[in-house]
Amino acid sequence: MRFRQAIVAALEDEMEADPSVMVMGEDIAVAGGPFKTSEGLLDKFGPNRVRDTPISEMAFTGAGVGAAIAGLRPVIEIMFMEFLGVALDQLVTGAAKMHYLSKGALSVPLTVRASVGSGTGFGSQHSQTLENWVTATPGLTVVTMSTPQNAYGILRAAIQSPGPTMVLEPRNLYAVRGEVQRGAAGLVQLGRAEVVRPGTAVTIVTMGQMRTAVVESVEASGIDAEIIDLITLAPWDRATVLESVAKTHRLVVVEEAPESGGWGSEIVAAVTRELFSSLSAAPFRITTPNVPVPYSKALESRYLPQPDEIARQLTQYQSTGTVPAPWWVLEGLSK
Amino acid sequence: MTDTALSVSRSSVERRRVLADDATARLERMFEIRGFEERLNALFATGAIHGTTHLAMGQEALAVSLASELRPTDLVTATYRGHAMALALGMNPRAVLAEIMGKSEGSTGGLGGSMHVSDDDIGLLPTFAIVGAGLPVAAGAALAFQYRGEDSVAVAVFGDGATNIGAFHESLNLASIWKLPVVFLCDNNVYGEYSRINLTTPIEDLHLRAASYAMPAEVVDGMDVTATRAALARAIERARTGGGPTLVEAKTYRFAGHSRADTAPYRPAGELEYWQERDPLTRAREELVAGGATVEQVADLERSVGAALDEVIELVEALPDPVVADMFNNIWSPLTRKAGS
Ligand SMILES: Cc1ncc(C[n+]2csc(CCOP(=O)(O)OP(=O)(O)O)c2C)c(N)n1
Ligand SMILES: [Mg+2]
Repeated sequence: MRFRQAIVAALEDEMEADPSVMVMGEDIAVAGGPFKTSEGLLDKFGPNRVRDTPISEMAFTGAGVGAAIAGLRPVIEIMFMEFLGVALDQLVTGAAKMHYLSKGALSVPLTVRASVGSGTGFGSQHSQTLENWVTATPGLTVVTMSTPQNAYGILRAAIQSPGPTMVLEPRNLYAVRGEVQRGAAGLVQLGRAEVVRPGTAVTIVTMGQMRTAVVESVEASGIDAEIIDLITLAPWDRATVLESVAKTHRLVVVEEAPESGGWGSEIVAAVTRELFSSLSAAPFRITTPNVPVPYSKALESRYLPQPDEIARQLTQYQSTGTVPAPWWVLEGLSK
Repeated sequence: MTDTALSVSRSSVERRRVLADDATARLERMFEIRGFEERLNALFATGAIHGTTHLAMGQEALAVSLASELRPTDLVTATYRGHAMALALGMNPRAVLAEIMGKSEGSTGGLGGSMHVSDDDIGLLPTFAIVGAGLPVAAGAALAFQYRGEDSVAVAVFGDGATNIGAFHESLNLASIWKLPVVFLCDNNVYGEYSRINLTTPIEDLHLRAASYAMPAEVVDGMDVTATRAALARAIERARTGGGPTLVEAKTYRFAGHSRADTAPYRPAGELEYWQERDPLTRAREELVAGGATVEQVADLERSVGAALDEVIELVEALPDPVVADMFNNIWSPLTRKAGS
C-alpha cells in the first residue's frame, strides 16, 4: 500500500480498537483529507468521530487538548506544518505543561499530525520541516516517519501514547509504496531509533525523507556505514546512537533543514560530550543551505541533500578524516 | 441566618456543594476571598512571597455565583487572575496559599505558582497564563462530554481583553457550529492590563460579539450574586440540555491594580469610587441582614473567617519548600501505554 494509505490504516485500526479515538481537521471528513490520509473514515466511523473543522488551528488544537484531558484520544491534522504556527501556544505552552502543572494527575493523550518538508513544489511557506519549533519542549514527544510500514506503526504508537505527541509526516513520501504489516506486529516502539543498516566505518544518523537518500548514497559509495533512523526526535534515543558511535568512532548527521539551529546539532553535541576522546574525526552535519525552500524544480532539487552530494561528503570524510565543505561553499554561493 | 461551621478546612468538593443553596455560605466565601487577597497583598509587600500575583478584589461575586451553579464533575478553565475562582470553586485556602508561597504542599507542589493553581477533584484545570488559551480547551472538554453523551458542562472564564485574541473568536465559532456544551464567561472588569477597554476595543458591550456566531448571550451585573447566578443558571442549563454554548458577559470592576506592582495610576478620577459603592460584599451583607441576620452576626462571620485565614497563613509559612528533585517530576507521560490501560 501507499504511505498515505498506511496512515489511513493506522487511524482505522486505532479507531476500531478504542472508541475514544476520534479525528478532526480541515477537510479530513467528507473530502477524506487534503492528502487522502483519512479516506473512508467518515463512512466507517460516522461524523461524531470524524470531524471537519473550520479553518481554526487554535480552536481545534486547543479543543484536542481539552478533549484529551477529558478522556478522549483525539488525533488532529495540521495540513501543512507551517499552519501549526498559529496554534503553537496550544501545544507547547498548553498541552505539554498539563502533566507538570497537575502533579501528574492530568495527561493529554493528544496526537497532532502534520505534513512536512520539501520536494513537492509547494514553495517557501508550505515546505519547511520546522521540527525545531517543537523539539525544545520537555514533555512533548516528537516523532517522524520514513516508510509505509513505520508510518503505520509509529502513528498507532503515537495515538496509544499517554502524552501529547507530535507526528511529522514527510509529505513527499505520501505516494511511496511498500509492504505494510497491520496489527500488533506492525507497531513501532516510540523512543527507540531503528538501525536501518549495521556497519562499522561510520555512524549516520538521519530521519524522515532523508533516510532513502542516505541508504542510496551509502550503497553507491560502498562505505560500511551504520545507518540509524532516529524516528523519535524528542526524547531521542541516546543509547542507540552512542553505542553505534562508540563502535564506529565517527558520526555524520543528515538533515532536511537549514544548517542553523537544526536538530542534528543536538546529536553532534551530545556525542561529542560523551565520546570525545574515542572519536577518530570531527562529527559533522549534512544539511540544507540556510535559505528558504525555493520553488523552481531546478532549485528545489538542489535544496535537499541529494544522494550524490551525501556520497561525495561521506567519501571525503572517510578517506581523509576531515570535514568536507558543503556544495554551496565549494561553489562560492554562501558561507 | 443559618448557622454554618466555617468551610475553610473542608474538602474542595464539600466547599463547592455548600454554596448551592446557602446565602450565608456564599457571603462567607466572599469574605474568605477578599480576606485572602488582602492578606496576600500584604505578604507580597513584605517580600514574604516572590514573583507576581493578580488580584480579583471586587470580582468575588462572579466567582461565587459560578461555583454555586456548577457540579464538581463540570470542568473549568480560568486565568492567571485565578485565586478568587479557585477558592470559590472549592479549593482550600491552604492549598492555594501553599502554591502561591511555592511550598511542596501547594496544589501543583510549588511548580506552578500564583498563575497556575488547580484542583482535579473539582474540575479546575491548571489556570492559564496565556490570554485566551483556556477557551479552546474548554470547548474541547465540552466536545468530550458531548461525544460520550454526558450532561457535564465546561466553562471558560476569561477577561474582556481576551475577546480581542483569535482563540476567542475561533472557539466561539467552533462551539457554535458543533453546539458544544460550553459556557464562555467573560469577566469584563474594564481593563486589560493597564489599558481601559475603550482604548483597545471598539465596543464595551462584549456580549454583542456572540451575534457573529449565532450564539445566545447574556449580560449581567457581575457585582450582584442573585442576578449573576440566574444568568449563569440559564446558560449552564442550556449547555446541559443540548442547547449549545452561551456567551455570558459579567460587568465587574477590578479594585486592585493589574498585578502586584501596578498602582493603577491610569484610572479616570472617580471611577474606582463609583465601583466601590457597588462592592459585591456590601450588597451581599445587606441582603443577608434584610433576610433576618443581625449586623453583629455578619460582622462576627467576617471576623471569624479572617481569624481562620490568619491561622492558615501561619501554618503555610512553616511548611517546607519543595526538594530540588521535584522539578524533574511529571514532565513526560510514559511514551507507551501500560498493558491493559
Ligand atoms: C497572549 C498573551 N498576550 C499578552 C499577555 C500579557 N497579559 C497578561 S494579562 C493581560 C491583560 C488581559 O486582560 P483581560 O483579558 O481583560 O483579563 P484581566 O487581566 O482583566 O482579568 C495581558 C495583556 C498574555 N499573558 N498572553
Ligand atoms: Mg480585564
